[in-house]
Amino acid sequence: MIIKGKVWKFGDDISTDYLSPSFGMEEPWEERKKKILHIHEAFTKGWQPGDIIVAGQNFGCGSSRESAPANLKRMGIGCVVAESFARIFFRNCMAIAFPVTICKGVSTAFKEGDILELDFERSIVRNQTQDIALEGTRLHPDLLKIVQAGGILESIKCK
Amino acid sequence: MEMTMAEKALARASGKEYVKPGEIVTAAIDTLMVADMSFYDSYELMIEHGCSDIWDPDRMVVIMDHQFPAQNSAQAEKHRKIREWVKKQGIRHFYDAGVGICHQVMAEKGHVLPGNLIPGGDSHTTTYGALGAASCGIGHSDIAYVMAKGSLWFLVPETIRFILNGKLPKGTSAKDIILKIAGNYSVNVAQYKSIEFSGPLAKELSIDDRMTICNMGVEIGAKFAFFEADDQTMEYLKNRTDQPVELFGPDPGASYEAIYEMDFSALEPQVACPHNVDNVKSIVEVEGIPVQQAFLGSCTNAKVEDLERAAAILKGRKAHHETRLIVIPASREVYLRISESGVLHTLLEAGAMLGPPVCGPCGGLNNGILANNETAICTTNRNFKGRMGNPESFVYLASPETVAASAIEGKIADPRKYLD
Repeated sequence: MIIKGKVWKFGDDISTDYLSPSFGMEEPWEERKKKILHIHEAFTKGWQPGDIIVAGQNFGCGSSRESAPANLKRMGIGCVVAESFARIFFRNCMAIAFPVTICKGVSTAFKEGDILELDFERSIVRNQTQDIALEGTRLHPDLLKIVQAGGILESIKCK
Repeated sequence: MEMTMAEKALARASGKEYVKPGEIVTAAIDTLMVADMSFYDSYELMIEHGCSDIWDPDRMVVIMDHQFPAQNSAQAEKHRKIREWVKKQGIRHFYDAGVGICHQVMAEKGHVLPGNLIPGGDSHTTTYGALGAASCGIGHSDIAYVMAKGSLWFLVPETIRFILNGKLPKGTSAKDIILKIAGNYSVNVAQYKSIEFSGPLAKELSIDDRMTICNMGVEIGAKFAFFEADDQTMEYLKNRTDQPVELFGPDPGASYEAIYEMDFSALEPQVACPHNVDNVKSIVEVEGIPVQQAFLGSCTNAKVEDLERAAAILKGRKAHHETRLIVIPASREVYLRISESGVLHTLLEAGAMLGPPVCGPCGGLNNGILANNETAICTTNRNFKGRMGNPESFVYLASPETVAASAIEGKIADPRKYLD
């Protein structure tokens, strides 16, 4: 799977309280989506489906709320490439088949607005704007299978 | 092969002799904890995916604590459905609103046993490591999977060890220990790792204190956060469970990715400043910042000992007239015990406003929301921008002692001056 898009940059410790804020939680999606990642004002006003997030350490820290990655998926964000991810967020991404890649050095290799191309299976991250290529951490084959199947619930067969 | 507590728990649950870090195992779940919001969404997902029955209703615990009392009819409607599903599925371990905050209730009601594998629909599920359980938060799809199958994949984590030495100085407690660790080593120190807290001070810490530390294990990234199950653990569980309980600890000679040794004999009260849990300063650096709200509550720090410590400071004193003191004991059991001991009376006399034993203002989910530019000092676990419901407000995290002292002065204050 190749994912390509325009980069929005975020720092370290982007918490689930930013990805899925409690305020306005019960409002309709059209309102709620304006508050996602409220700490980056230009992003909240300018993101487009297909855009990509590049971040620092500990992306998704905080709560177990699955709405954190589910919001990004629903917005049409292509993927998140970060220096590291918080554990529950990472698990939730596997569970709902939202592509995330751990890649050391990514936060310095990209500027906002650069074009990123991710070869998800091979974990190759390219900055097309600056002509840089980085290699991220490959996903464990068992987890890759979950993502390729479309999420963890695709494999439960009760009937 | 010698194994750490995480490795032992995952090896047993996956039916293996031995597991090592980096391996992925499919493990049988001993107990699944879900709170109201996580149960609702997960149950719907399970049904949508064609599964009609929970794998083993006796291994599930459902606790209503996040959105109570309901604020609107939409929430009330969800709660009504949850009660219906609980009946339909024959879930015996159901605690409706008012019993307490999920993690407190899990421990009090004997659902946490040493060595057990207990995922839960809340990130602070790491709390149960205080009793030696391998416990961690998972999201709704993973919960739905567990409800249908009774098992789940786990990556065997590396383990790090914190050796806690020394004797805590007057006016400091468990919260100061975990905030000090976050401040020194950052919120990434345990990322995707299991922690074992050990050493002479760890052995001395009460179960309430161990719970505070393990609760915040997730704030420094941990998957599991363990104390060894020892005599204190046995004593705590004695009248809470009829299941057999065994001591649980790492094998001597187990291997650790890193070992951190710390002495707490000169510990000062610690405060995590906005907007991150590792933005930690000693009390002397932040004294004097005005606070409009002081909150003693949440799954982190609203247990009997926590409220006793706050009451020791508030006794015979009043909360500042420009500061709202909100107190939310973690459970009905805590309420009963502090009402018998007189602590509740002390808190009320000091001007406390009480809430039902639920999550309350911690996550900005129902009440205690701050106005723009207001500041709160809380015994809770997170201070991210907007965490308590308003991104234009400021949240400081501290011990019950520090929150009590700050309530009295209406500004962040050192609790040590109130203790003889």
